[in-house]
Parts: sequence; structure tokens; C-alpha cells
Amino acid sequence: MVFLFVAPQAHAAGGNTAELPDVHFSFEGPFGTYDRGALQRGFQVYKNVCSACHAMKYLSYRNLADMGYSEGQIKAIAADYEVTDGPNEEGEMFERTARPSDKFKAPYANDAQARYANNGALPVDLSLIAKARGEGPHYLYGLLTGYEAPPEGVTLAIGQHWNKYMEGNKIAMAAPLSDDVVAYEDGTPTTKEQYAKDVSHFLMWAAEPKMEVRKRTGIKVVLFLLAFAGIMYAVKKKIWADLKKK
Amino acid sequence: MGSGNRKKLDNPALEWLDSRLPIVSMIQKEYGVFPTPKNFNYFWNFGAIAMVMLVTMIITGIVLAMNYATTASDAFDSVERIMRDVNHGWLLRYLHSNGASFFFIAVYIHMFRGMYYGSYKQPRELLWMMGVLIFLLMMATAFMGYVLPWGQMSFWGATVITNLFSAIPLVGDSIVTLLWGGFSVDNPTLNRFFALHYLFPFLIVAVVFLHVWALHVTGSNNPSGIEAKGKQDTLPFHPYYTMKDAFGIVVFLVIYATFVFFLPNALGHADNYIPANPLVTPAHIVPEWYFLPFYAILRAITFDIGIPFTDIVLIPAKLGGVLAMFGSIALLFVLPFLDKHPVRSSRYRPWYKWFFIAFTVNAFILGVCGGKPAEGIWVPLAQASTLYYFAFFMVIIPFLNKKEPVLELPGSISESVLNKKGAKA
Repeated sequence: MVFLFVAPQAHAAGGNTAELPDVHFSFEGPFGTYDRGALQRGFQVYKNVCSACHAMKYLSYRNLADMGYSEGQIKAIAADYEVTDGPNEEGEMFERTARPSDKFKAPYANDAQARYANNGALPVDLSLIAKARGEGPHYLYGLLTGYEAPPEGVTLAIGQHWNKYMEGNKIAMAAPLSDDVVAYEDGTPTTKEQYAKDVSHFLMWAAEPKMEVRKRTGIKVVLFLLAFAGIMYAVKKKIWADLKKK
Repeated sequence: MGSGNRKKLDNPALEWLDSRLPIVSMIQKEYGVFPTPKNFNYFWNFGAIAMVMLVTMIITGIVLAMNYATTASDAFDSVERIMRDVNHGWLLRYLHSNGASFFFIAVYIHMFRGMYYGSYKQPRELLWMMGVLIFLLMMATAFMGYVLPWGQMSFWGATVITNLFSAIPLVGDSIVTLLWGGFSVDNPTLNRFFALHYLFPFLIVAVVFLHVWALHVTGSNNPSGIEAKGKQDTLPFHPYYTMKDAFGIVVFLVIYATFVFFLPNALGHADNYIPANPLVTPAHIVPEWYFLPFYAILRAITFDIGIPFTDIVLIPAKLGGVLAMFGSIALLFVLPFLDKHPVRSSRYRPWYKWFFIAFTVNAFILGVCGGKPAEGIWVPLAQASTLYYFAFFMVIIPFLNKKEPVLELPGSISESVLNKKGAKA
């Protein structure tokens, strides 16, 4: 007799997932900004680790200018990739070196190839992941550092891993980070936690690249409106006060 | 709308225009000297605020439409392009997505104000009913607009809500097929929703025009609920209320801007940043916050209604939920004919006042229930709140018609203002 819509079953957040670790990012709060150093390190982690399986289809190499890379550096980064272009005058597709205007090169040609290479699981596109999960970068940090041995009595299928922050705790992605897998040039500690924090920072930027201009504009707009409201209030009061004198 | 006994204007250009089309005289009459009760409180700002939001939505919406791709394969990408590459696209989109919420906030406060001060009563019944029609059009527009980014919540929200129509006996399935333009929510659904999402705001503009027209026939209600009896009770709309509205509008815009610039996704749902996927159902499908009370009513009917002690089902649970949801809005529509009590304002209705405050609290409880999964305590709580919602209109108001004492009202608006000042001093 009980009728449920399209089965909104077990509640999404919560349930069997642990509480997320408390980590602070510089972009939080109304005045928060991205940390260029963290973004560059995060991009390095993405480039060296995540990008083996995960695409970021909404980003172009030129967007890296936002995080403080020079034009020359961006050209050099793009030049590491070969992309398909064409058709040329003879009607043939051809490979060429990537340019800053090209989108990030995806690791797989299509979803089917991605699944085939990953035991049937599809590595999600990461362009928007920081906005597509509740708690955003905090969740990403938790997920990347939340790998543990499964509790006793739990058997995992082949290709499954135990993560205390993942919905249902079973995740197809193996723990991607471990200490010292990426060499940082600025002396930042090369720990798993630091990598997770930097790449979460980078992914937040990727999902919301206009955040800084948005907040800067917002401060001006809100201050203007508050001043304008004050003036309107004074005018209104003056007009109504004249009325009472009559 | 004839020129009537038009006063000659000093400016020759305006006089030329006005003698052919008396638009200057009309604005002067309806917005310049228009007699307005002098005792409005700030709740009377929300009509003007709603108007500002409507215009904001239309302007941002038209510019967004210039950059939006109406195909299931490109819609999500085109929204991301707006967010990343279109000049100030992020601003347009956040103004529009948060603007929907703030339009509803303004309209909900406007409606609660109307109910508290009895603004729907004779002779303003039609004015109120056109208001409910605007609300209904807004709901349809907002729902279809939420589908356009073609994220997971767009897709599954559209699936759940369009499926409701299948509960209608005999023709339900045909209606759903017509809404979908096929046999599932897909590209044709997106196309027709976009076309209608573009059309409906202009229908809203048309009904708003009638709503304001009717308002200017009867004049505004006011916090005392007593009709203005003469010049001593009113003020010209300009400059007194143009300025008061301007102040209220700017304060409202401060809060709106705070969300747009600092919390742009706080009122949305993370799942809508995942592209629509017909093969993966989100764990928890929820509509936007402004639909949650009605969603709670929809889900509260978890039982079939039939003839007791037999297996005969008259109204299956799904149809019951749909009827309850539409019924809850239909009751708003006929409210002027349910409430026959001669006193308008809750200031002078000691009983209705508390039942109405309870109704408002109940609406919030329904909203919370609508956002929770339909399990545990939330189901009976939503059912009890739904019961109160319907009882308010169908039992309490008719009971108050006969039983609530009629207090002696102040002689005029001026007198009510003086009484209030006296009480404060």
C-alpha cells in the first residue's frame, strides 16, 4: 500500500560514511581566494596521477593562466600532448602538438574505452566534481585520504576498494595517492595528505574558475547597495517627516 | 482608458503625445497621485519587489537564452560554456538561478501578507485569484526552467513530476506521452520545456497587468483592513510609496546579491552539476526548496482510499497525492469564498490570527518534510501537517465564519493609526 516515488531509498549523505576530516582551504569565506602555489601543485598532482584515467573536458590549457602560469609555460605544458586535428586538405585526420587553445587531452577516446580499461567502472570527468558532490573539496580530500583495509567480515569484489567516506564504502578506484609520488619544487612536504589537499584545491578552481572575480564584484555590489539603501532610507524618512509636520 | 477629463500638460511635446494617447495622464493618475492608504507597513513592499524580480528574471533569461543550446546532448555543456567563457555569463546564470528563489521568497511573503490582513476579501476576490494564477504560472515556469541545465536533478525531477500526470484516470498516460514528446524524458521534452519556459513569463506579465489593473480599481487593502474613507486616510503614491518601495527593494537586493555573489549554489543541489543520466537514479530526488511544502503534501498520501471493509479502491495513493497537491493550490484559489468573516485584518481577528500563525509555521514544517526522505518520523509528520493545511481552509475558516466574535473596528484608518501611536506612547 505504501507508495514511494521512483524509490527514494536509503538516504544519500550520512548512513555508513564517516564524518569528513576538518581541513581548511584558502578559498573559503567571503574574502577567500585561491592559493596560486596550491593550484600549481594540485595541477601537478592531477597531471601526474589523476589524468591517467580522469578527463577534464571543460578545461583548456589556456585556462592555466588563471593559476599564475606564463604564456611560455602554458605552451610548454600543452606541447607535451599530441591531439587529433583535421580533416586537412586531403580529408585526413592528423596528429599535432597541442596548443594553449586546445581542451585538456582526455586519457581515453570514449566512455566505452574508459570502462574497458577500468574493469567496467567509468572514471568520472573531474571538471565539475568539486561542485557535483555535497561538501565539495572537503569530500574530495576525505575520499582521497579515506582508504582503509575493509572491516572484518566484509568481502570486496575484484577491483573494489574500501573507503570510509565513499557512499556505500566500496569504490572502484584504487587509492591513487601515496607519499612521494609527485616531486614538488617549492619545498612543500610530499605527503599523501598534502597531495590530497592541493588537488582538491585545484579541482575547486576547475569547477568554479570565476570565484575570485565573483567575490570581488560581490563586495563592491553589496557595499554599493548598502550605501544606496541608506540614502533611500534617508530620503524616505525626510519625505515622510515633512508629512508629519503638516 | 479614454482620455476623460484630461488636464492639459505644460510641456508641448508631452501634450502632443498625451492628447493622442493619454499615457502621461494615466501614469500620473495611477502612479503619481493614486490615493494609497497611509498606514502601510513594510509587508506592503513585496508586490513591488516581486515585480522587480520578474523583470530581472526576464532580462537575465533572455540573455541566457542567447547562449543556451536546446538539445539534450549540448544543453549541459552550453551552461558550462556560459559559466566559463561567456562574458559575465557566471553572473547572468547565478542571477537567474538564485533569482527564481528570491522571486518565490517575495511572492510567498506577498501571499502570507494577503492572508494575514484579509486582502483577498470582498471586493478584492478577483485580484487575489489572479494572484494565485500568477503563482501557478510561476511554479510551472520554475519547474521547466530547472529542467533546462539538463543535470541529474533536472532530468529526474522532470521524470517524477511529469509522471504524476499518469495518475489521472483514462487519459493520464496519453498526457504524459504528450508532455514528453515520446516515451521517456528526452530531447523532445527538453525542447518543449524550453519553448514553454520562454513563453510563460510573458503570460505572467499579462496576468500581472490584470492583477495591477484590478488593484487600481479597488485600491489597496491596508494593515487595519478598513477601507479608506477620504483624503485624510490616504497619501499620493508618489513620492510617499515610490520612495518607501525603493528603500524596500534595495534592502531585498542586498540579500539577493549576497546569495548571488557569495553563496550562489547554497539553494541548489550538487547533483545538478552531474550531467543527466537516464541509467543512474540519484539516491534522493528533491525539488527546489520553493516546491518542498507541496512535494510533502504530494508524498503524504501513502494510502489508497477505498470503501471500508472491502477491497474496492476508489482513489489509489498516487492519484490521492496528486489530487491533494493540486487541491492545496485550488483551496488558495477559492479562499475568498471560504472566508465569510466580515473583518479583514488579523489585527482585529484574535482567533483567526493564531490559526493563521499556526498555518504559517505548518507551511515551514511541510517544507522541511518535503526535503527529507519519505521514511521514519517524516511520513506521519508530513501527514499531520497536510491534515492541518486542509483543515485550515475546510474546517477552521468555516468555523470562524460563524463563531469568531466581530470586534468593534476603529472608525477610520486615521483613527487606527492614532490608536496605535497612543498605545506606544
